Amino acid sequence: MKIAVCVKQVPDTETRIKIAADGRGIVDSDVNWVVSPYDEFAIEEALRIKEAKGGEVVLLSLGPERVVTAIRSGLAMGADSAVHLQDPLFEAADASGVARALAAALKGVGADLVLMGQQGVGGDHSQTPGRVAEILDLPQVSMAVKIELGEGKARVERETEGGREVWETSLPAVISAQKGLNEPRYASLKGIMAAKKKPVETKDAAALGLTAAELAPKTRVKVMELPPARQAVRMIEGDPAQQAQELLRALHQDAKVI
Amino acid sequence: MAAIITFAEQRDGKLRRPSLEAVSEARRLSGGLSASVEVVLIGSGVSGLAGELAAYGADKVHLFDQPELAQYATEVYARALAQAIGESQAGLVLIPYTAMGKDLAPRVAAKVGAGLASDCVALALSGGRVEARRPMYAGKAYATLSFEGDCQMASLRPNVFALGVPDPSRQAEVVNRTVDTACRARVVGVEATASGKLELTEAQIVVSAGRGIKGPEHFQLVEALAQVMGAAVGASRAVVDAGWVDHHFQVGQTGKTVSPTLYIACGISGAIQHLAGMSSSKVIVAINRDADAPIFKVADYGIVGDLFEVVPKLTEAARAHFAAKG
Repeated sequence: MKIAVCVKQVPDTETRIKIAADGRGIVDSDVNWVVSPYDEFAIEEALRIKEAKGGEVVLLSLGPERVVTAIRSGLAMGADSAVHLQDPLFEAADASGVARALAAALKGVGADLVLMGQQGVGGDHSQTPGRVAEILDLPQVSMAVKIELGEGKARVERETEGGREVWETSLPAVISAQKGLNEPRYASLKGIMAAKKKPVETKDAAALGLTAAELAPKTRVKVMELPPARQAVRMIEGDPAQQAQELLRALHQDAKVI
Repeated sequence: MAAIITFAEQRDGKLRRPSLEAVSEARRLSGGLSASVEVVLIGSGVSGLAGELAAYGADKVHLFDQPELAQYATEVYARALAQAIGESQAGLVLIPYTAMGKDLAPRVAAKVGAGLASDCVALALSGGRVEARRPMYAGKAYATLSFEGDCQMASLRPNVFALGVPDPSRQAEVVNRTVDTACRARVVGVEATASGKLELTEAQIVVSAGRGIKGPEHFQLVEALAQVMGAAVGASRAVVDAGWVDHHFQVGQTGKTVSPTLYIACGISGAIQHLAGMSSSKVIVAINRDADAPIFKVADYGIVGDLFEVVPKLTEAARAHFAAKG
């Protein structure tokens, strides 16, 4: 069984965000980059399937030179090989172009199963799984909290507002990982050493047969700004009974929310 | 622009509130875009919902009513939406950012070749085009996006866009359509969580507990307050990771995003991962023993105190308040 996992490198959640001088992005030089946590669930799931059923795990990651660190983290966890998608055209792409590039690369991989996080932490677009599935004409199941593989099919549980849905899909399919799917392992020292020798192939747009027109963004960031400052907090003093009374009065009469 | 299309999500024959928020927003934008408001309604035996959609602003309802459509299926619903978008040459498509919408919108966007702005908190018009505002980096930044191409798509964060005032006298043209229901991924079972519980993402008031609650046995303290206030119950990641409550209670970056009118954080320190899931709430109350807790930086009202003393008093006072209010 061949499993492809799409991995995104994202800013660590604790990173302090600074707006870039052009006001359309963030300053990314001071950022601590990590593998998006949802993608770690996807890598872990792929490794568990491989350990149970045999096969190989191929990582795909799109981004500049720095994403090699994310690729090596995934290889250190136990993935077998990786494809690094790197091109100035990808840097300018939005969710549409990123999905096209990943889909083109996935065609070359020929996986029986495509896994990825349900969204990349930070950008939080949550578009890649559905777009990739549509471009490759594959079925999709998103936000999986449980995956069971059968012969040529998978049974997937996903959480919704009302509870939990059980899906069945034929394979190959695109399945996106939600928190709760598993607990990702830490890479061992041996894994980290081994990762250095694992093959990483680099592909640009031309190698994937993609033109600038196909990768052209369909959305553009016009303005990136810090959130509006909230009003200073009003601290409510007194003993617990007085605090409770005053809070309810304020919520009712001042804020008018109850 | 010829038309704005919105997707109406229904479950068990009831329209979900975020669907009505999407129709209301479409109605609000329709004047400036000289567009009609058209709603895609998919299901089995759901034709009766067209009237409610009309009341909130629909001019036309594309009704896909087939027995095979009772259960959501991504491929089929995406096909139906793309069909309606093509037919009406929609220049703007609005989809609620719910579990269903989150799954559906990207597939539709890829199908019709549209740009999509996910999880938007505001839409505005500029020169006949749409601009979408959305949080990024756990709410530490906001991006305003513009679109290229004829079809612009946005998914809308629930509970943020104002519900219009329904006008029961409004009428909508209902167009019956059919769609090929073949698909490879389908729902084979549904397990509902405890019924009667308010859905976190749609609740107007949310009461959440953090590590300060000290153990699962004390969770009833916040449940009691929530019940009196007609609120949904949430939890921080620390509480979920400790195994005190199930993941579906989690508010935050790796949980649910909520935007209630009132959010009451009990014993929650306010880590960035939590703030990502609740900072778009309209009014935030924080109750915490530590006066330096980061939650007070985003709160509108703060109480420094022991939640074991404050929350029961609050429950008592709220009971009296709502009893007096009737």
